[in-house]
Amino acid sequence: MVDTNVPEHCPGVESEQAGKSNACAGCPNQAACATAPKGPDPDIAVITDRLRNVRRKILVLSGKGGVGKSTFTANLGFALAHTGSETEPQEAVMTAAEEETVRQVGVVDIDICGPSLPKIMGLENEQIHQSMSGWSPVYVQDNLAVMSIGFMLPDKDAAVIWRGPKKNGIIKQFLRDVEWSDLDYLLVDTPPGTSDEHLSIAQYLKPGGIDGAILVTTPPEVALQDVRKEISFCRKVNIPILGIVENMSGFVCPNCKHESSIFPATTGGARQMAETMKVPFLGSIPLDPRIGKSCDSGQCFMEEFPDSPATLAFQGIVDQIVEQLP
Amino acid sequence: MASTANENLAARLQTVKHVVLVLSGKGGVGKSSVSVQLALALYNAGHRVGVLDIDLCGPSIPRLLGVSGQQVRQASAGWVPVFVDEEQRLCCMSIAFLLGHQDDAVVWRGPKKNAMIRQFLDDVCWGDLDYLIIDTPPGTSDEHISVVEYLKSVQPDGAVVVTTPQQVALADVRKELNFCRKVQLPVLGVVENMSGYVCPHCAGCTNVFSSGGGEAMAREFEVPFLGQIPIDPALTRTLDPVTDTASTTQSTLAERFATSQLAPLFDTIVSKLSS
Repeated sequence: MVDTNVPEHCPGVESEQAGKSNACAGCPNQAACATAPKGPDPDIAVITDRLRNVRRKILVLSGKGGVGKSTFTANLGFALAHTGSETEPQEAVMTAAEEETVRQVGVVDIDICGPSLPKIMGLENEQIHQSMSGWSPVYVQDNLAVMSIGFMLPDKDAAVIWRGPKKNGIIKQFLRDVEWSDLDYLLVDTPPGTSDEHLSIAQYLKPGGIDGAILVTTPPEVALQDVRKEISFCRKVNIPILGIVENMSGFVCPNCKHESSIFPATTGGARQMAETMKVPFLGSIPLDPRIGKSCDSGQCFMEEFPDSPATLAFQGIVDQIVEQLP
Repeated sequence: MASTANENLAARLQTVKHVVLVLSGKGGVGKSSVSVQLALALYNAGHRVGVLDIDLCGPSIPRLLGVSGQQVRQASAGWVPVFVDEEQRLCCMSIAFLLGHQDDAVVWRGPKKNAMIRQFLDDVCWGDLDYLIIDTPPGTSDEHISVVEYLKSVQPDGAVVVTTPQQVALADVRKELNFCRKVQLPVLGVVENMSGYVCPHCAGCTNVFSSGGGEAMAREFEVPFLGQIPIDPALTRTLDPVTDTASTTQSTLAERFATSQLAPLFDTIVSKLSS
């Protein structure tokens, strides 16, 4: 999937310069861009309308890659979908009241070049279906739907070699063309950085409202310095920060049960950074090698290992999120 | 016009013998730390080395080389890279040197990022270098397409692809290998990073992120496997020291790295690369 039809310096179709900049010379879409109506994107109103029955929209962000954004998002999705239905109905038929306590959760993966959610949520060979009202997301269970470009690739190793405008296009489709139905929570998993994907999701969701962002990091300063940039980004585009999660903090050796830090907090870790940057700190999740294995096999870690210290820490964080955004 | 621009770039990089890109589909697998360690191993072997950081939204190289907070100087010949050592054999360039405040976010879409990368390649006067190592952000998007396109005229030696052993990371790195195939960038080899962790209390080795996946992938894609690098928390302390000044100034970064337990592993990788 090589994106060959966008010029290198494409100003983007929403730009005032669309079709007029130097880079547009020779582009087959130049005329279409130059004559297209300028100003706010009409699709944003469509997206807002499509998502009007989504109660809460939460972004999971981090400036740094590989800190566990997707793992966190997947497990938050599992936890939200699960805790609502914790009181297992005794009879086969649920009463209306019980049905109401089941939370509907959607997860959208806007990491276009490195989608991890299909694997982590155990949906690797699934495909999306098209219906009259749009694309149907893939369901992990009745109340947990997932959308990712991973479901649309010709084979799972295919590289998505796309520049910004094309990535923005697919993100828009994930919001506008997917039948999300009524959701209590829509979680958005993002790639690392502060670029096209982040600007676009903020732009597309802003008019309908974004409830907040959860920032995931690891303890070393090298990660924290990128997360501080992400905080600056959130402030710049006015996305409220629900809090910071410190992942992979501390490691309990399975042989001797002693704790050591694989990724040492060289500058006081995330808690201290949260304090300095004046954002809430949601908690630390210790590194448990079984988390990685659960991700590889597409299992819900919290369900598989309910007594792991990581599960307990995670549950504490989920509770705070639900308390902030019931 | 495009051809004169390419001539500029080719002239600029004429004094650079080898250009090596460090890539990975996955973030946080250690691209930047592998870049820095490759640079230090090459440096300790007597080479002149430059590191170019094209991760514009999350630049890590200055911190890892211990030169954060420095500024780039403009000379008549172009931008002068920031030197790490007194001998001026190890230098680097990163967007971090151009930011007003180090927490500033670089909120840029693709075209602006591409222009910045172009400028790094066009305007930095690297001087005589044996190796230019280019550290990249994760993915297969603007930065990657652009840098490969720009470098076409100088024919880079190829890419070192970094992964960690878990399936979730390998899935993304397989995409990166396909990217290299598609753009015809030779793969110099795969490095499996964070492969095993030796507990400081009982010296038992735990495969925190499992093990062996990188080697199997290299075999499957028929590309060289360069080696497994274990997790060494001492490395974080070497590259990301607690204090920037006091205790660490006695020894230089390259000296500290030479005594690290990972240094011999990188010497092996470097010898595999140069053979």
